[in-house]
Amino acid sequence: MKMLDTNAPATAKTVSRQMEFVTVTVAGQLLGLPINRVHDVFVVSEMTTVPLAPPEIAGLLNLRGRVVTAVSLRRRLGLEDLRDSERRMAVGLENHGEAYGLLVDEVGEVLKLDPDEMQPNPVHMDRGWVGLSQGVHQLRDKLLIVLDVDAVLAFESGREAA
Amino acid sequence: MDDLLLEFLTETNEHLETVDVEMVRFEQDPNNEAILSNIFRLVHTIKGTCGFLGLPRLEALAHAAETLMGKFRDGMPVTTPAVSLILSTLDRIKEILGELERQGAEPEGSDTDLIAMLERMASQEAPAPEAAAPAPQPQTSGTVVYQVLERELRPGEVSLDELERAFQEAPGPEKASTMGTLTYQVLERPLKPGEVSLDELERAFREAPGPAPLVIEKPAAAPAKASAPPPAVSAAPAKKSAESSETQENGEGIAGKVQTIRVNVDTLEHLMTMVSELVLTRNQLLEIARRSSEDHGYKVPLQRLSQVTAELQDGVMKTRMQPIGNAWQKLPRVVRDLSNELSKKIELVMQGADTELDRQVLEVIKDPLTHMVRNSADHGIESPAERKAAGKPEKGTIRLNAYHEGGSITIEIADDGKGLNLAAIRKKAVERGVASDAEVDKMSDAQVAKFIFHPGFSTAAKVTSVSGRGVGMDVVKTNIELIGGTVDIRSEQGRGTTFTIKIPLTLAIVAALIVSSKDQRFAIPQVAVSELVRVAPSSEHSIERINGTPILRLRDRLLPIVPLSKVMGLSRDEDVDHGFVVVTQVAHQRFGILVDGVFHTEEIVVKPMSSKLKHIQLFSGNTILGDGAVVLIVDPNGLARMVGSGADSNEFQTDSGQEQAFVAADEMTSLLVFRGGGESLKAVPLSLVTRLEEIDASTIEWSSGRPVVQYRGRLMPLVSCDDELAIKRQGMQSLLVFSDGDVSMGLAVAEIVDIVEDKLDVELLAERSDLVGSAVVRGRTTEIVNVAHYLPMVLETWSRKDHKGRQEKTLLLVDSSAFFRDMLVPVLKASGYRVHTATTAQDAVRLLSNGLQVDIVITDLELSGHSGFALVASLRADPQHSATPVIGMTVKLDQQQMALARKLQIAEVVSKIDRRGLLSALAELSGSLEEAA
Repeated sequence: MKMLDTNAPATAKTVSRQMEFVTVTVAGQLLGLPINRVHDVFVVSEMTTVPLAPPEIAGLLNLRGRVVTAVSLRRRLGLEDLRDSERRMAVGLENHGEAYGLLVDEVGEVLKLDPDEMQPNPVHMDRGWVGLSQGVHQLRDKLLIVLDVDAVLAFESGREAA
Repeated sequence: MDDLLLEFLTETNEHLETVDVEMVRFEQDPNNEAILSNIFRLVHTIKGTCGFLGLPRLEALAHAAETLMGKFRDGMPVTTPAVSLILSTLDRIKEILGELERQGAEPEGSDTDLIAMLERMASQEAPAPEAAAPAPQPQTSGTVVYQVLERELRPGEVSLDELERAFQEAPGPEKASTMGTLTYQVLERPLKPGEVSLDELERAFREAPGPAPLVIEKPAAAPAKASAPPPAVSAAPAKKSAESSETQENGEGIAGKVQTIRVNVDTLEHLMTMVSELVLTRNQLLEIARRSSEDHGYKVPLQRLSQVTAELQDGVMKTRMQPIGNAWQKLPRVVRDLSNELSKKIELVMQGADTELDRQVLEVIKDPLTHMVRNSADHGIESPAERKAAGKPEKGTIRLNAYHEGGSITIEIADDGKGLNLAAIRKKAVERGVASDAEVDKMSDAQVAKFIFHPGFSTAAKVTSVSGRGVGMDVVKTNIELIGGTVDIRSEQGRGTTFTIKIPLTLAIVAALIVSSKDQRFAIPQVAVSELVRVAPSSEHSIERINGTPILRLRDRLLPIVPLSKVMGLSRDEDVDHGFVVVTQVAHQRFGILVDGVFHTEEIVVKPMSSKLKHIQLFSGNTILGDGAVVLIVDPNGLARMVGSGADSNEFQTDSGQEQAFVAADEMTSLLVFRGGGESLKAVPLSLVTRLEEIDASTIEWSSGRPVVQYRGRLMPLVSCDDELAIKRQGMQSLLVFSDGDVSMGLAVAEIVDIVEDKLDVELLAERSDLVGSAVVRGRTTEIVNVAHYLPMVLETWSRKDHKGRQEKTLLLVDSSAFFRDMLVPVLKASGYRVHTATTAQDAVRLLSNGLQVDIVITDLELSGHSGFALVASLRADPQHSATPVIGMTVKLDQQQMALARKLQIAEVVSKIDRRGLLSALAELSGSLEEAA
């Protein structure tokens, strides 16, 4: 990635060379969000649905006195809604001064990954997914898709452009 | 820069603002000593602080200004040049303060020019002030009191104590004796507080505030009196003492206003967030308390906590609000300076200064407002000569008006000047390539006026010191749009220009009604809500439907109903009949929002919608309620737009539409638009329609070939609205019900299209009696149906029966509106009267003088060209008609008209649209005529 110092020896995996990702799961797929974009992780209690809103928007949440727009990552990825789960988890993001909560199935651990090891999206990956993904990391037992946070939250403008 | 200096800067700037305003007020009202005392006190404070902080330039200026004001106090006439001089001194002080703020030190420079002018002005007409000079001796106790009154617990002011002490200590009694001769020369030297001590300003200053100094001041005033040869001068302080209670009150009022502390907005925001969290936590606690049945003794404290939390939340929310008057503070000065500079007479009227809005919004609109007022004064208001020539009062008026409307804050800036020069704007638009010649020609005046908001369109041709500030109207527009507001312009040649700024309530706190629809709660801004009506089938208020469109009859008015659940797509259910109708008034539109439940009203902080949701015009924002739930705020404006057929905002009937229905062709009329058998649209004034019904066609009975239906326990005849439309034999039939007294008629129509409001400009058609004529309604040619045509068709038998045995009376109907005559005549005929008509008063007089015998005269009291009253007066003058009963018709009854009517023995004055009232008045009159016969 751009921020890396290209002069550094490739073998020396210092902490600064690694990026941290908050991992989340949606429909069994592991996804990673750059930790510097994640403000917090919280349990969604009450959500107010917004009539006439774009389908990606699940509703509005009160997060410690702040109104947060809840975006469903499932719907964003073109997946069906999850049947009422006990606990709905959300990842708090900030974009252009506005607070968003990205609704996910589960929030996992924080992983440190070397950006150099990230591989481009497979060519035959779903078009909708490609737009939201920066690349793929191969973990020991599964694949992790690195989400492009800006793209995930850019659905409205994308629609306007279309 | 140290804190002390910073404090001094903010405080002094604030004081200067006040002095600016007060100075202008004082100029208009030079005898108001309370204002002068206040100005005095403020300038003195500034001077004192400057001296303490070692700012000689500022101090010298303030002192010179104070000296001149002292002269006012002693009776020097308050002249415009003197006030201007003081104001420009204040400007200089502001300049220096600005430098001080930037550089932390007083800038180099000399103010001898201003000081010299001030002194000259002060010495010009010195009315023997020396006599009053040797007054102040008992300073020690004066100091103590002064401190109590003036200090407002600010760090900066502590220093003033010392300053004052210096003031008090420095002057020996020997100085008091020298004082009388020459006071003001001290100025030339670099000043130290002690040196300026015992001049009369000081004395006067000490007199002004507080009750306590009075007690002390009295002995002080006494020697002054004794030593003063001209009684007038000594009378002044005495009078002051007498008025001191008033002065003090005033002083306190101002002190109260200034009693504020500055808090960083971030701190407030943080506080707000914390309070919201506190509320959430409280709610969780309350929930737990509710669930557990045992009381462990914490329920009472919890309740208290709950209450305190609510109050805390309330308080924190209010901290953000400021009255809009704060943004207007500078304007009186601006207008005053402009009127002097441009030699115009301008009055500034400010209304609704206490309308509160968010301080951030206030900051943003401050400069645009000032600019627009400048514009109005510079370009709008004409010179006194021009105004006189145009037949207007010499003094022009700029009117500022702020109010909450339909969930937004509206600010109007109106002048009664010459209006925009649209021709010049058209020309300029072409010159600048903003629009082509052809385009400009096609544009309406309103569109052309909007060009002034175009970038680069500012009045570069006439750069005056007034408008040469580099801020064009485009900047104004941009600034206002930045906070989601809109600017609108309305200009009338020779009559003036009105700018209307609408700022959405995005940041404001508003009272909102919390309602529910399909288990979801919504907030409706209280300002838009005029009443609540509970509706249920077969109750007093039930929702009726025409072709699926719900309508509520509310006090004989048809109110369009918008089910909230339907517009939100929450429910496909078409026939919601239970619930509450929130009667909503937006600008001039009235409609009802149907909701399932109504809870309470709550003060809410409006948070802007997320950028992802801003496009939904139904909502103006969202908020977090006291219980922590996020609730959407319904925008009644958006709702009105969404429901209406077009983007135009006139789809709902005007509140005053009914009253105006027949006033004149060029006024707005509410029309019910429907379709008959053919393709063409038909319309009838909504005010004539009593009710809209949809009946099952199978209930229509055919008695001797004529359709009738049982309606409210009676048989109601039906008639098709045109020959092409056959009354249905099955299915649902839409009806317009017209009633007259006890009889009703149903007009069968194919489909009810809409209720619109439009200018009714009827082109009369002679050849068809079923139509009054045609008119363009909403850009479509629409046939205006003549209801009167149908009434006799079906009411014949009734009217015969009704009026059998009654001698036919002859009426003369005088009305200049053909439309109205055509509507009314058949009604009157159907009621069994012989009707003659006259268009004008002259017409009527001619008919009568030609020997027409009438029993009753019905006249419009507002006949065009000639007052109806004048007609009646001429009737009364004629012995033949002096006793003829007259019924007057008017659009709006006022006391004056009533009195005049009584004087002219007009038997009855009825509203023009109240046909029932007219008929009963007629019946009464003809009854009494028969008795008399």
